[in-house]
Amino acid sequence: MGKTKKILLKGNEAVVYGALLAGCECYFGYPITPASEIAHASARMFPKLGRVFIQAECEIASINMVYGAAAAGRRAMTASSGLGISLKQEGVSYIAGAELPAVIVDVMRGGPGLGNIAPEQADYNQIVKGGGHGGYRCIVLSPGSVQEMCDLTMLAFDLADEYRTPVYVLADGMIGQMMEKLELPEPRGRRASQDWSLNRVNKTHNCVSSIYMDANDLEAVNKRLNAKYAVIREKEQRAEEYRMDDAEYVYVAYGISSRMCRSAVDELRSEGCKVGLIRPQTLFPFPENALRKALSNGAKKFFSVEMSNGQMIDDVKLSIECAKPVYLINRMGGNVLSVEEIVTRTKEMLGGDCK
Amino acid sequence: MKEVVKFGRPSGFFEKFERRPGPIKTNMHYCPGCGHGVLHKLIAEAIGDMGLKDKAVLVCPVGCSVFAYYYFDCHSIECAHGRAPAVATAISRTDPENVVIGYQGDGDLASIGFNQILQAANRGENMCVFFVNNAIYGMTGGQMAPTSLPGQKTQTSPCGRDVAETGYPIKVAEMIAQFEAPVYVERCALSRVPNIMAARRAVRKAIQNTVDKKGFSFVELLSGCPVNLKMKAHEMNEFLNEKMTKFFPLGVYKDVSAEREAIVRHTPIFEPDQVRELLFPEETKRAVDDNFRYTAKVFDEERRVKISGFGGQGVLSLGYLLATMGKLRNFNVSWLPSYGPEMRGGTANCSIVFSHTHVGSPQADHNCSMLICMNQPSVDKFLGQLGENGVLLYDASTIRQPEVSPDKTVYGLAASDLANTLGDQRVANSVMLGGIARLMQDCFLEGKESEDFDLAVEEAMNEHFAGKPQKVIDLNMKAYRLGKESVSIRFGARVK
Repeated sequence: MGKTKKILLKGNEAVVYGALLAGCECYFGYPITPASEIAHASARMFPKLGRVFIQAECEIASINMVYGAAAAGRRAMTASSGLGISLKQEGVSYIAGAELPAVIVDVMRGGPGLGNIAPEQADYNQIVKGGGHGGYRCIVLSPGSVQEMCDLTMLAFDLADEYRTPVYVLADGMIGQMMEKLELPEPRGRRASQDWSLNRVNKTHNCVSSIYMDANDLEAVNKRLNAKYAVIREKEQRAEEYRMDDAEYVYVAYGISSRMCRSAVDELRSEGCKVGLIRPQTLFPFPENALRKALSNGAKKFFSVEMSNGQMIDDVKLSIECAKPVYLINRMGGNVLSVEEIVTRTKEMLGGDCK
Repeated sequence: MKEVVKFGRPSGFFEKFERRPGPIKTNMHYCPGCGHGVLHKLIAEAIGDMGLKDKAVLVCPVGCSVFAYYYFDCHSIECAHGRAPAVATAISRTDPENVVIGYQGDGDLASIGFNQILQAANRGENMCVFFVNNAIYGMTGGQMAPTSLPGQKTQTSPCGRDVAETGYPIKVAEMIAQFEAPVYVERCALSRVPNIMAARRAVRKAIQNTVDKKGFSFVELLSGCPVNLKMKAHEMNEFLNEKMTKFFPLGVYKDVSAEREAIVRHTPIFEPDQVRELLFPEETKRAVDDNFRYTAKVFDEERRVKISGFGGQGVLSLGYLLATMGKLRNFNVSWLPSYGPEMRGGTANCSIVFSHTHVGSPQADHNCSMLICMNQPSVDKFLGQLGENGVLLYDASTIRQPEVSPDKTVYGLAASDLANTLGDQRVANSVMLGGIARLMQDCFLEGKESEDFDLAVEEAMNEHFAGKPQKVIDLNMKAYRLGKESVSIRFGARVK
């Protein structure tokens, strides 16, 4: 018997496969539920390929290790859950400021504070809107399946390199903990050395830094960053549409919520209600184009379906410039939206419209 | 009369300091009497003399030496306050040929970033760290440092450092020398010439250790800060030589560099064929190919299965076996466990969803097609989630026969008792799998698919228990067959 590409994996483990297949050279992390399997699988598999795994002393150290490795020209990653990500934010700001590529995985759990370890999506604002100090953005990818935990992690490394920016893979406890069948993509070779990096092959002696004492210099850097974000907004929007062709009512949902919505769409469609789903695969950039297309195709009402206190709903409203009503269907605190609940609340909000 | 040796301009510095903003490109930004300039010279001289300009990476802190990268003609990186040892760790680990030189002040190293330096030292990272201890915060304007002396007046200890309130100066060299991993720890002073010459030797030794991959070397350097300590030059030297060295004695605290072997790190593998070989799973022997599909109508839409019981009954494994069967038979399949303290607290459940098309919600929270219960609380909690025409399978050894609506179908099997007869309580889940086979074949599958179910179970067992002794697989298969024969209760809508 030979090797097979088909494998049953937890979402968190799929992240590690994706990272290794993308040529990630090093993993730095600190244990936290529900993201720990990423560290477990990394500890098993990175050394197997001669790559670097370090259990850092804390979240702050792990993101600064990522900063160092990225500066040295290595594909590097870390992973955590909301609390740990809060601690990493200073480091992410440095990575964004120094324009280094890096991948950070956030497997969201219930908050605020110590919260709980059940799945939530309330890190949205922290991750999508910047998070740390200063005016920067990160590209944010939101996998909706175990396959995408692998695929989008690979994409994250490519986008991080292309734009020299930190990229988040924003998942939740449920996508991280569940297993699904996936097909492993083909492995990539080692990324070529970067001329800006602190690599011995570079004869120019580089300095990686985000310090600019002159206000004009720092303004110029900010302008350059914002120009980059404008390109990202234009070129990197990604979303999957489901039964959107004639949709009058549109669910917007990412991650695990999108899975529930997909089942809810089927259930409501079977009753004749023209519902569709837009599933953002990128949260920054937010897939405004997909929402605007829905609007021009005659969508009457939008629903932001999220496991948080109405965070993504702002982006939904901005995307369609509040041209149509936008409703919130949500649960919080680690409660998972059920298909039944989405269907019931949709019917309540639509009243007689839903036929 | 000793011969006077004159050292030239260190070749580890840039010819001109072009990175320094403003018109001055030849001088450093440090104040007169500051120790940083002296230490910079010693390090730059070593980098140049030892031929390390292309291999050295200078890891700079936050503090007055934040601008060290203006001066050194090698790779350099500017770090967040206190985090230089973490950054340096990654640069060292990802390319063992890098000669990583850390440079930190007392606030950076011994206060905000104390954990990072201690942990990097304790891991024995291959790097050298130069720690400038001037007993004060310089860049932020003269606040108390973790190394300020008792009674020392600063902006934040205006009446003098009160040890009852703020503790004592932290003796970092002594602390680091306590760890097993570091190879070399010395404290020097950048005061009079003999001390500076000792510091010069220490700097070179620490860097040489790093070149030789010996591990972690640490040099603490007592240094002047006349501006913030509000002292004249001669007072500054007196403070260093008389007061600071009393609290921070000079000398070698540890040196095992001669007896330590060089650290050997692995070479990373990126060649796609090798990666595939090491990473991709072995294919399980399968009786079907990738085009095989169960044709039973039951799988036209998502089918949700919930399995629930006590932790330790193999509830999650049973779910995993079913999911593996699904994978081997080309279903789209998801498996979702209850996780965290819930698991540790004694109850466990998982949801498995099968579909020929897409799996939407991975949760079996309503409309379950099949509910498998291995204890009474599971029936009490989840029976309500069994959808229309759903099938319940329960462990009749411990669970009362439940009452259900007429559309439901019920199978009972004394799985725990049967597992005991096989001498291993742990195989109760495989007995239950036998019950599942029976009800699948009774209610949903026909002909070839019905025959295939046994084969799929066997293949999934082989995959699940891969690497375990054959007798484990044999016992579980025996339990499976026993369960299949022993279903004792069957009633309801689907029973033919």
